[in-house]
Amino acid sequence: MQVYEAPLRDMRFVLDELWEEDGFGKLEALEEFDSDLTSAILEEAAKFSREVLLPLNRSGDEEGCTLENGVVRTPEGFKDAYKQFTESGWSALASDPEYGGQGLPERVNKLVEEMTCSTNLSFGLYPGLTHGGSIAIEAHATEDLKNFYLPKMISGEWSGTMCLTEAHCGTDLGLLRTKADPQDDGSYKISGAKIFISAGDHDLSDNIIHLVLARLPDAPKGVKGISLFLVPKFLPKDDGSVGPSNGVTCTAIEHKMGIKASATCQMQFEESTGWLVGEPHKGMAAMFTMMNAERLSVGIQGLGIGEAAYQSAVWYAKDRLQGRSLSGAKHPDKPADPIIVHPDVRRMLMTMRANNEGCRMLGAWVARALDAEKHATDPEVRQRASDFVALMTPVVKALFTDLGHENANLAVQVYGGHGYIRESGVEQYARDARIAMIYEGTNGIQALDLVGRKLGAHTGRYLRSFFHPVSDFIEASKGDGPMKPMIEGLEKAFGALQLSTATIAQRGLKDPEEAGAAATEYLRLMGLVAMGYCFARATMISGMKLAFGTEEKEFYDAKIKTATFYFERILPQVSAHFLSIKAGKKSMMALEEHAF
Amino acid sequence: MKILVPVKRVIDYNLKPRIKADGSGVDLANIKMSMNPFDEIALEEAVRIKEAGKAEEVVAVSIGPAKAGSDTLKSARAIGADRAIHVETDEEVEPLAVAKILKAIVDEEQPQLVIMGKQAIDDDNNQTGQMLAALLGRPQGTFASKVEIDGDHVAVTREVDGGLETVRLALPAVVTTDLRLNEPRFPALPNIIKAAKKPMSTKSPADYGVDTAPRLKTLKVAEPPVRQAGEIVPDVDTLVAKLKAMGAV
Ligand SMILES: Cc1cc2nc3c(=O)[nH]c(=O)nc-3n(C[C@H](O)[C@H](O)[C@H](O)COP(=O)(O)OP(=O)(O)OC[C@H]3O[C@@H](n4cnc5c(N)ncnc54)[C@H](O)[C@@H]3O)c2cc1C
Repeated sequence: MQVYEAPLRDMRFVLDELWEEDGFGKLEALEEFDSDLTSAILEEAAKFSREVLLPLNRSGDEEGCTLENGVVRTPEGFKDAYKQFTESGWSALASDPEYGGQGLPERVNKLVEEMTCSTNLSFGLYPGLTHGGSIAIEAHATEDLKNFYLPKMISGEWSGTMCLTEAHCGTDLGLLRTKADPQDDGSYKISGAKIFISAGDHDLSDNIIHLVLARLPDAPKGVKGISLFLVPKFLPKDDGSVGPSNGVTCTAIEHKMGIKASATCQMQFEESTGWLVGEPHKGMAAMFTMMNAERLSVGIQGLGIGEAAYQSAVWYAKDRLQGRSLSGAKHPDKPADPIIVHPDVRRMLMTMRANNEGCRMLGAWVARALDAEKHATDPEVRQRASDFVALMTPVVKALFTDLGHENANLAVQVYGGHGYIRESGVEQYARDARIAMIYEGTNGIQALDLVGRKLGAHTGRYLRSFFHPVSDFIEASKGDGPMKPMIEGLEKAFGALQLSTATIAQRGLKDPEEAGAAATEYLRLMGLVAMGYCFARATMISGMKLAFGTEEKEFYDAKIKTATFYFERILPQVSAHFLSIKAGKKSMMALEEHAF
Repeated sequence: MKILVPVKRVIDYNLKPRIKADGSGVDLANIKMSMNPFDEIALEEAVRIKEAGKAEEVVAVSIGPAKAGSDTLKSARAIGADRAIHVETDEEVEPLAVAKILKAIVDEEQPQLVIMGKQAIDDDNNQTGQMLAALLGRPQGTFASKVEIDGDHVAVTREVDGGLETVRLALPAVVTTDLRLNEPRFPALPNIIKAAKKPMSTKSPADYGVDTAPRLKTLKVAEPPVRQAGEIVPDVDTLVAKLKAMGAV
C-alpha cells in the first residue's frame, strides 16, 4: 500500500536545527521566513500533497497518458489537481517576486519538492520543468521575453519544457541537428525532431513554452555551435492571450517503464517561430542554468520516492505476520510475529531510513548554499556557496537517485511476492525511481562531471568548500566523549576520500581514462563521506538536546540510533570503493572489444 | 457584518486513534493534529460569504493548548480569517464550558453570525453550537447544507432525517455546518505567508470568567471489541443447539 505522511519533524530538523551554523552566516534577505512561517508552509504543502497528489499516483500509473488526434491527455484527475496546484500558488513558490513568484528560500522549496515527488513523481514533472524553464529564461532572455513569458509560466497558466534530446543524440549533444533560420524581424524559424520530451504536450495548461536547442546556419560544429530558443506551442497575441498554433506537434508518446502519467513526447518543429535566449552559439551555457537547477531537483526526486518507499515498507513490516523472532516470540498472542522483528527485514528498513535521512540532511545543506549564493552580502561567502553547489550538484543528482532506487527495490523486497504485484503499490516506486538515474544526464555522466570538471576546477577550490568544513568539524570534535567512535570513523572515511582524490588527480592527468574508470565509485565515496558528516553533526546536536532535556526524546534518540547504524553498517562501504579506485582501470579495459 | 468561527484542534481525521494503555483516553503523544473537518467547512463558508461581499470580517477562535494557536489558528488565517483569538488552556474543555467562553467572546465581539462545525470528530458531542445559541438567546440553524444571507436574515437549509428543511433566522444567529455545505479550499501560498502577519490575541478562560472544571468523568476508554469470526451451521436444529449452548436463547 502506498503510505505517506510528510516527514515534517525531520524536515524541521534539517531546516531549523542541523544547519544553524552552516558557515554561510545569517541571510538578512530571508529573515521574513522564520521557523513559524516555514513550518506553516510545510504543513499546508504536506496536506496538499497527501490529499490531492497521492490519490492520483496509482490511478495515473494505471491509466497513463494518451495521444489521440494529435492531442495528449493526462490521466483522469490531473487537470484538476494541476489547477488546484497552480491556483494555490505552489508553482510560484521559489520564483522571483518581480514576476509574480513568492520568493521562498530554496531550503523550503526543496522540502516541498520532496513531498510532491513522494506523492506523485509524474505530476511533479509538469510544474518542475516549467520552473526550470523559467529559471533559464530569467537568467538569459531579453527583458521583453522575460516580461512577457515569465509571469504566465510562474503562475502556471503556461507550462515549460526542455528540448535537448534527438534520436541520435542524448548525452552527446554536439551531434544535434535541429535548425534555426534567422528572420528579418529578429525571430527564427525552428525545424527539427526531438524525442523524449517530458511534458512536451498535454492538456494541463493553455500554452506550452519549449526551450529548444538548435543550430544557426553559421554554427560551428559540435557543442560550440548550439543555441537556445524559446518556442511556444501557440503564438501568443500581444495581449497575452493564446493565438494560432506554431507548427509544434507531438507525433508520438513513449510507452515506458515508469512515470506513466508524465507525457514523454516525440516533438516535431516545422518552421516554428522562436526567439533566441542568450547569445548565439552559447546555448549550452544557457541550458546549463536550467540543467543545474533540474539536476538538484532530480536528486530530490530520488529522495522523494525513497521516503515513500520506506514508509510503505514500514507499514507492511508491522502488518505482515510471518515466522517468529529468533530471540523468541514477540507477539505470542498472534499466529506469527510481524516481519519487522527479523534482522534481515530490519537491515532493509534501517538502510532505507538512513539513506533518506542522510540525503535529506545533505540536500538541506546544498539548498542553504543555493540561498547563500543568491542572498549573502559578503562576496567571499557567495563564491564559497557557489563553489559548493557546483561540486555537490552531480553528487546530489547521482547519489540521491541511486539510493532512491535502492530504497524502492528494498521496499519491493520487504513486501516479498506481494511487492511484485501491482496492487501493492511499491513496484510502481521501483519503476518510477528508475528514470531519475538516467535523465538530466545519466548518473555515469554526473560522475564524469564531478571528476572531470569539478575536482580540478580553480586548483581544487570547489573541493575546498566541502573539505574544509569537514576537516574543521573533525578537528573540533576530537576527544574522549561519546562521539569518539563516530568521529574516528568519519576521519578514516574522509582520509580515504582525500587519498582517492589525490590518486585520481595524479593518474587522471596522465591518462583521462583512469579518471573515467574511477568516477562512479568516487562520486559514491564522496556522497558517503558527506552523509557521514551530516549524521555526525546530527548526533552531536541530538546528544546535546537529550543532555539538556527535551520533550522530544524519542525523535533525538531515533536520530542517534539511525546515525549509529549508518556509521556501523553503511559508511564502511567507503573502504570497498577506495580499493576499487586504487585498483585503477586496468582490469576494466583489459578485455578486447571483440571478446565481448 | 462580522462572522465568528470557532475552530478546534483535533486528531487528524486520517489517523486511526490508539487508546492509551491505562484506558484513560486516546493517546495523542506525537500524533498528527489538524483542524476539525466540520470547522474547516464552517470557516470556508464564512470566507465565501465575505468574498461575496456580504461580510466584512471573519474572526476565528480556538480554545485549547499552545498548538491550537500556533497551528490551527494559523491555518485558519491562511484559509481567510482576518484575525484570531486564542483562548489558551491545557485542560480538556467540555462543550458547556466552550459554549460559555464563546458566549463571552460573542458579547465582546458582537458578530452577526457564528458559524461552527456541528460536532468535533474527537468527542462527537454535537452540543456546543446548540448550547451557545441557548446561552445567547439567539436563533440557531443546525446541520446546514446551504447558508444564504438575505439582508438581516439568514436562510439555512438543514439536513434532517426525512430530507431537507429550510429555516429563516433573524440575525444575529448561530449556524452549525454539515459535511455537504461546501468543499473547503486548500489555502493559497500567498495567504499562508500573509497569515503570519494577521493579528492574533491570546487569552485564558479566566479572562472570560469561565470555570472550565469538568462536569463529566471519563470512566474508561476502550477499543471496540474485535468481531469474532462467524460460523456456518448445517441446519436450524444445530443453530438452536448452539445458541442454547451459548446461553443466547
Ligand atoms: C522518460 C524520459 C524523459 C526524458 N525527458 C527529457 C526531456 O524532457 N528533455 C530532453 O531533452 N531529454 C529528455 N530525456 C532524454 C534523456 O535526458 C536522455 O535519455 C539521457 O540524457 C541519456 O541519453 P541517451 O538516452 O541518448 O543515452 P546515451 O547518450 O546513448 O547513453 C547510453 C549509455 O552510455 C553512457 N555514455 C554515453 N556517453 C558517455 C560518455 N561520454 N562517457 C561515459 N558514458 C557515456 C551513458 O551513461 C548511458 O549509460 C528523457 C528521457 C526519458 C527516458
